[in-house]
Amino acid sequence: MSKSRDVLTGEHFLNGDEASAEGAIAAGCRFFAGYPITPATEIAERMAKRLPAVSGVYIQMEDEIASMAAVLGASWGGTKSMTATSGPGFSLMMENIGLGMMMETPCVVVNIMRGGPSTGLPTLVGQGDVMQARWGSHGDYGVIALTPSSPQEAFDMTIEAFGLSEKYRLPVIVLSDELIGHMYERVVIPEKKFLPRIRRRKPRKAPGEHLPFQGGEDLVPPMACAGEGYRLHVTGLTHDEMGYPVITASAQERLVRRLCDKIRRHAGDIIRIEEEATEDAEVIVVAYGCASRTARESVHMARREGMRAGLLRLLTVWPFPDGRIRELAARGVKGFVVPEVNYGQIAGEVERCAAGRDVLMVGLMGGAVHTPDLILEAIKEMV
Amino acid sequence: MRYKLVDPEPFRLGEFKQKIDETHGIHPDDRYLKPGRIPHIWCPGCGLGIVLSAFIKGMDSMEVAIDNCAVVSGIGCTGRVAGYLNMDTYHTTHGRAIPFATGLKLAKPEMEVVVFSGDGDLFAIGGNHLIHAARRNMDLTVICVNNFNYGMTGGQAGPTTHIAAKTVTTPYGNCEYPFNLTHLAYASGAVYVARWTSFHARYLIESVKKCFAKKGFKFIEVLTPCPTGYGRPNRLGSGLDQMKVYRDNSEIRNDINPMEAESGLNGPIIVGEFVDREKPTFFERYTEGVLAKASAG
Amino acid sequence: MKFWRLPLDAEEQIIPVGRLFIIADRCKGCNFCIEFCPNKVLEASPDFNRKGYHPPVMKPNHECNNCGLCEVICPEFAIYSTVEEKRRFTEVDLVRYEEMSSGEGKGEQE
Repeated sequence: MSKSRDVLTGEHFLNGDEASAEGAIAAGCRFFAGYPITPATEIAERMAKRLPAVSGVYIQMEDEIASMAAVLGASWGGTKSMTATSGPGFSLMMENIGLGMMMETPCVVVNIMRGGPSTGLPTLVGQGDVMQARWGSHGDYGVIALTPSSPQEAFDMTIEAFGLSEKYRLPVIVLSDELIGHMYERVVIPEKKFLPRIRRRKPRKAPGEHLPFQGGEDLVPPMACAGEGYRLHVTGLTHDEMGYPVITASAQERLVRRLCDKIRRHAGDIIRIEEEATEDAEVIVVAYGCASRTARESVHMARREGMRAGLLRLLTVWPFPDGRIRELAARGVKGFVVPEVNYGQIAGEVERCAAGRDVLMVGLMGGAVHTPDLILEAIKEMV
Repeated sequence: MRYKLVDPEPFRLGEFKQKIDETHGIHPDDRYLKPGRIPHIWCPGCGLGIVLSAFIKGMDSMEVAIDNCAVVSGIGCTGRVAGYLNMDTYHTTHGRAIPFATGLKLAKPEMEVVVFSGDGDLFAIGGNHLIHAARRNMDLTVICVNNFNYGMTGGQAGPTTHIAAKTVTTPYGNCEYPFNLTHLAYASGAVYVARWTSFHARYLIESVKKCFAKKGFKFIEVLTPCPTGYGRPNRLGSGLDQMKVYRDNSEIRNDINPMEAESGLNGPIIVGEFVDREKPTFFERYTEGVLAKASAG
Repeated sequence: MKFWRLPLDAEEQIIPVGRLFIIADRCKGCNFCIEFCPNKVLEASPDFNRKGYHPPVMKPNHECNNCGLCEVICPEFAIYSTVEEKRRFTEVDLVRYEEMSSGEGKGEQE
């Protein structure tokens, strides 16, 4: 491993955690604050070794609350920053993820999901944090969550997460899981020139003229960081366009609606799905992360047996692709099979958009992923 | 789903500019205060304004560049300090000012980062962060305004409430032992520890100046009257009465072991500069011990 | 401060003459400046400010010596002083000194 290079161009054999760490460094991340937790520790370990070699800062904080707070502080210091955790730590981070939403702070949070609730299954897979990623911190705000299903995607999506976080100014969640985090596969890291250049949008107006929390056409204000002469007040309280606390209904209406709308209005730009054999499908399997790997096999098996099954894989669970599910429902598919390692968190979203079409959730509470046969049975049931 | 939403009143910059008092800019400290933010929200007789003023004067006499200084606050009455200073200020979540400041400092090591918060914020909900930042010797100045209760929420007992003291949540008298904040900061590794009261404003200015000249985790505790939250249930009188108690009962004992530095409700209040020692900071150790080795391969 | 005798070099001393600036509408009436002014030159005004408090005013025939304590002890950024001129120690100071040392104003001095 070349120690001073930030982009390790070439072919590697990495697990999802290591790939996430490499993706972050390739995206320009130079600050990592975290706390050891299985199954996300490998990200911290990789960062502890790699960040100093590229003149970055790695710090192990006293808990996940502090880790998330430090990540926000570093981002306001002008550095791309990240943390990584799993369920119990994700719960602790919720407080400052909310602060990050309110302060509109770009950063990345990687959650390697394990079985929950509480301490649950530290070493085994789960997908039970999907709704927590959406609604985990109190109050209303827009969310972006990406769900990789391979180490290669863990690398790619971590870079993408940094890009989205800077573009829309919010903490972006990479919602991976233990299976992907601990799975070793080939990861191709491209040349640096082929990677996206992620820049923070800076105010064009001079200090004094710049309204730090007024969204432009795209509802996202440019960001002035500490030490740049703008002398901003940045608060977790409801604030006006100047950034000053204003405890009124109209300030709340303007701010919170913008925090939600900046994601809602750009959902089309953010949402990424991948479809396989859906053109003529009468049964659509909707899956993401670890479950999508077996779902693909099940769809292949169903096709071999003559059933018209298709796969809709979610690369972003949030924002949810309402529109595409509605289209498929309107086209007259028989129904949707939703395998996930929880008790139906995304299945509920699918049902919301399915316009009365049949929705069959194939749930596992965690600790194992679906066998292809299990999902195949569900497809057969619907056909 | 269809939506029916109200049209909120738009933000009008002109109206905001009108709110800036015509008196802004008259006082010499106004240079450090955000236009339109004074008067502050603190009660008459509260000592917080004195601590803010002392901080400004210390910063001014050390000629710290305004754009090279950031202030991070938590939640509570003292948490509002950040909103009044005309510099890069961050009003974070309850107890998390220190870890936020840690991230900011490590991203901008050349900036002075000051944490301004209250006793409840720094020592109850944020206690763990404070001791660990002190242990790491993170290069931060922490100014803790101690008013012995949670003032913002209406005067509940906290980690500094004196034994037997009455608050709205200890109506029969507090049965818990309070922290000695200076002792805790010292034992956790702070390189500079001082305690003053808001009556000792001139000493406080000197301590602030020392903190700007020194590297490492620096901690100043400032005892402050809270006539509304703590004074009333304990019959301590007005803010002025409490200031007189600070004047009459305080004893300056520099270099005393903080363990012995009492601050009783009625007994003597030991103030002074208790600790001033040298130790490499986190960033110095990180630069020499980690970055240097990593780049050498 | 209280002298037990007149300083021997009293007549060589230069005394600054401070000019007080009071931003009356910022005052919240805590009285810290009035109480802790070492020269006791302030009193509460009989007038109300915009907030309904009695801001401090200079007592008649009193002189500020620009020590600056009111400025540091004011929580409201409502008072400060500057030096207008300097003058020598005079008979008036002697009288005031004698009043102070004879016990008048005793207990008030910090």
